[in-house]
Amino acid sequence: MKFHFTDKAITGMMVVVPEQERLFADDMRLFNAPENRSRKLAMVMGYWAHRVVEEGVCASDLAEYGFRKLFADGKLKPEEIDALVYVTISPDHFMPPTSCILHGKLGLRRDCFCLDVSQGCCGFVVGLLQAFQLLEQKGVRKVVVVNADVISRKVSPKDRNSYPLIGDAATIAIVENREGAGDVFADVRFDGTRAMALKIPAGGFRQPSSPETAIMTADHEGNERAPDNLVMDGTAVFNFVMADVPPMLADLAHDAGTDFAGIDKYYFHQPNKFMLQKLAEKLDVPYDKMPNNVVENYGNSSGATIPSAMALNDAEMLCRETKRVCFSGFGVGLTYGGIVMNCGGFDFCDTIYYPNKGE
Amino acid sequence: MKDKILDILKEIRPEFEFDGVEDFFAEGMLDSFDLMTLVSTLDERFAIKIDGTDILPENFMNVDAIAALVERSPKR
Repeated sequence: MKFHFTDKAITGMMVVVPEQERLFADDMRLFNAPENRSRKLAMVMGYWAHRVVEEGVCASDLAEYGFRKLFADGKLKPEEIDALVYVTISPDHFMPPTSCILHGKLGLRRDCFCLDVSQGCCGFVVGLLQAFQLLEQKGVRKVVVVNADVISRKVSPKDRNSYPLIGDAATIAIVENREGAGDVFADVRFDGTRAMALKIPAGGFRQPSSPETAIMTADHEGNERAPDNLVMDGTAVFNFVMADVPPMLADLAHDAGTDFAGIDKYYFHQPNKFMLQKLAEKLDVPYDKMPNNVVENYGNSSGATIPSAMALNDAEMLCRETKRVCFSGFGVGLTYGGIVMNCGGFDFCDTIYYPNKGE
Repeated sequence: MKDKILDILKEIRPEFEFDGVEDFFAEGMLDSFDLMTLVSTLDERFAIKIDGTDILPENFMNVDAIAALVERSPKR
């Protein structure tokens, strides 16, 4: 579906990542992989370190920590939040919605609209679009979009395909109407026929968790995981991204009256460095216009990777200047989408660390 | 070119002899991560840009398939 909005802006950004850092080199020792092979893989994929929560920490804990910091610093007030859009694939519970839990903990107004959105890799794009639609309502002035996930808790540590690259994070984007911000163009597409390419098979109502769903088995590459764990058909997802995302983005750029050269910065979902470099080549975009270093610093934190890429690479610039940017997310669903808009002049663009509690 | 490709394969998985093998994946000689390392190394050594849509196992299953892909990939 295509979207068009006018005068919508991101006005602030907060990124919360766990203090606990794991090094790829240490992870690889778990897989008995030859060091030389692991080192080459690390260079190609951009694996270096990833940040994961301690046992028992939920995504909303990271988000709450970020909100409390914003409130303490006077950068956001609970009473000015008109809507809370909480995007996750790792909710605290099936019910109640995690947005409602946060609403209670943060003391938000009774007329603050709360919404959980089940989206992964494209979650920042989908969350922003929800915010833009809410801002079309009279009286809605400030919407917060939270992208929060703790997928590390659902990945088998013996799964070499996923564990070394996964990260946990929560991000909070403040979204408002801003006169003169300009046009926003967006396009989000879905291919549900390939929905199971990225999945956590057990734990829902279709296949409830049980002692049997916790039993690990090895796949043909020697990765061990259970039905309770995340599993990804990496080849299928890679080919989907290469084949389907560039034409969608070309359409989007055309709708926005520009081309790929006319966009200053590409903040894309961060699955790994290799995929992003290949995507940049497909779009004929210089590597330095498309940051690809979130995986090597934090890991892939699903919908939180786009704000993480912004804060990690361009925090100062985004507070100082305004750029024409393209956001794009692709993955779980399979969902793929993009937004072209002006972005910058943030009031803040901060990164903080959620402290370890277990020491 | 084929010797150069064989050298690259040997660098990635020194424990295997790749010459004459019909399907590296079926034989368990390469996995999906080796494929990424292989693409990156081919890009660098042959100064080419392998298109993302060409990164399919069938284009890397044996030396002939890899050589054909290297031939048709655009130069950097």
